[in-house]
Amino acid sequence: MAAAVELDGVNVTFGDFVAVRDANLVIEPGEFFSFLGPSGCGKTTLLRTISGFIEPTRGSVRIGGKDMKGIGPNRRPTALIFQNLALFPMMSVAENIGYGLRVRGVPRHERDEKVKNLLIQVALAEHGHKQVSELSGGQKQRVAIARALAVEPSVLLLDEPLSALDLKLRQHMRAELRAIQKRVGITFIYITHDQGEALTMSDRIAVMNAGVIEQVGNGRAVYAEPRTPFVASFVGENNGIRGRITSVANGEAVLDTPIGTLRGRNPVGLAAGQDALLFVRPEALRIGAGAGALFEGEALDVAYEGSVTHISMRVRTGQKLTVTLGGGAADALPQPGDTLQVGFEPRDGLVLAKAADA
Amino acid sequence: MSGGLPLIIGLPLVAAVLLVVLGALERRHSPAAGPGFFQRNGVAVGLYLALAVGFWAFFIIVLPQLAMVDMSFRPKLPPSQMGGPKDVFTLENYRYFLFGSTTSTASWNILHIKAFFLTIGVSILVTLLNFAISYPLAFHMAQSAPVARLRVLLLLLIIPYWVNEILRAFAFRVLLSSGGVVNKLLLGSGLTSEPIDFLAADVGLYMGLSYAYLLMMIFPLYNAIESLDKNQIEAARDLGAPWWHIHAFVVMPHAKPGIASGCTLVFMLCAGALAAPLVLGGPRTLWFTPIVYDRFYQAFNWPQGAAYALILLLTCIVFVLAVLRLFRLSLGEITR
Repeated sequence: MAAAVELDGVNVTFGDFVAVRDANLVIEPGEFFSFLGPSGCGKTTLLRTISGFIEPTRGSVRIGGKDMKGIGPNRRPTALIFQNLALFPMMSVAENIGYGLRVRGVPRHERDEKVKNLLIQVALAEHGHKQVSELSGGQKQRVAIARALAVEPSVLLLDEPLSALDLKLRQHMRAELRAIQKRVGITFIYITHDQGEALTMSDRIAVMNAGVIEQVGNGRAVYAEPRTPFVASFVGENNGIRGRITSVANGEAVLDTPIGTLRGRNPVGLAAGQDALLFVRPEALRIGAGAGALFEGEALDVAYEGSVTHISMRVRTGQKLTVTLGGGAADALPQPGDTLQVGFEPRDGLVLAKAADA
Repeated sequence: MSGGLPLIIGLPLVAAVLLVVLGALERRHSPAAGPGFFQRNGVAVGLYLALAVGFWAFFIIVLPQLAMVDMSFRPKLPPSQMGGPKDVFTLENYRYFLFGSTTSTASWNILHIKAFFLTIGVSILVTLLNFAISYPLAFHMAQSAPVARLRVLLLLLIIPYWVNEILRAFAFRVLLSSGGVVNKLLLGSGLTSEPIDFLAADVGLYMGLSYAYLLMMIFPLYNAIESLDKNQIEAARDLGAPWWHIHAFVVMPHAKPGIASGCTLVFMLCAGALAAPLVLGGPRTLWFTPIVYDRFYQAFNWPQGAAYALILLLTCIVFVLAVLRLFRLSLGEITR
């Protein structure tokens, strides 16, 4: 079976500005695939390139094995859900959903039948006759999904469709989107700047920064095994400490940093003498005077949240680090101003090459 | 004019006072009354607004029109007999439009009735032509033109309107007459062997009328289309719609108020146009507005002129309202 979407050396430039640089990617049929990155990282451009609104400056886009060069968005087997949904306000809910079918010349009774089924699928059976403006945010969302699914695309593209919803509805819609994707079984390509959305919904995630796909992998991989400093710091909270590698052995590297000698895993195979960054997650840091304390710092702020406690601390260099303690530590919480002894296991530290501009 | 003048001025004044009183009553009895008009604007500004708008509405719009209505129901009399025993209300002027002079043998006043329907019909055609020309341009300006090009286009559209309307009409005449530029070009290039009489074929009239009111169409359309979310167009395209479908079912329904207001403006102005028909009309074409003009200044029959003008005005208003109703639009919407 051909891949759902293949990007082959895709470059998109606007004048001098490179929006997407050398994107190579294979997205499998039936996959829930997310592009995660900050705004302006090129993820929306890439989505519009897949849907056909933008032609790549170089490289090619293949959908279902077929080269899409010169094929407009109206003739691609993709459907796009816009960030603002772009429902047609002068049409009823049912007319909105049936629009793609009407364009394709599907006979009226067949169309009505299909729209009815879709309305049931998105739990809007009673709302078909309503105007779009009468619906709530979540209902509009579902109309947009139904409208896109009506044309039976092989790939559904979603451009941050949940960003306008409030938090509770957003979490509910995550589960719903995932359920819909499982049910219809087509490829979903999802754009988001929200790592929570990407991690909870996706089979695989491509993390993008400044037009470049930095890493592709499942949620666990991009969270636990980041390969670049950007991925390490963008996906989840992280503490990055600068230093220089003094020695490498057995997949580990020893780093000489201003706050002491630290040890961590060396997954990308850096060599001694290189400038590097050591990343350690807040939840991997341990405090206490026991064995394994590596450096010390002053507690600035202690935020008790019940299940976890976030401690903001400052080390000797002035850098601020975050420590997250698990539940049960409530009795022994440090106070602001306390001096903390901090340590971590070498397997929780991750040594990555310093980005050229960082 | 015994009783006429007091009646003309008195009636609207009474109506205005009545409205103000009604408004005050309603304000007193309505539960959720906000700050009053004078509280919101201050006494000075409020007074100025009330007086200025009142004066404008009354003396500039209502009064002259009412005077016309009154005049249209009176016989043509020498000044000495005005207000005399012969100055009575009559339908004579309206009868004349339908059946012509009492001494004529024909059963209908064919000449005037024909001119009337020609005016309405051609105005409809010119409105449609104008829409066909303006829509693509307005769409381009509103949705796809870069800012720099939009500025240039706006300038190019507006600058020609600095030229006087009559001058523009004569320019078309110079261009299209038998010895005009267009015919010289056609003859010179050998496309035709003898000059084409564009003016007799009313080509000049249609061109002149379309051109004269182009802006009245483009700007309402531009405003309406500009407010359309670009994503809607893209969504329709993404769902597989060909371009004409997007225009017919997404852009035009959205722009409906703008289309209606543009078409209304162009139709009304076209039906009431005087300069272009006078200058550019073919010798066999009798437009209605020149007839009205002639009633006033050639026949010196002001009452009849007033009646003719009112017939045109009322027909246009009824027609426009009927069309708006057909497209399920209210008058309020086209002012948006």
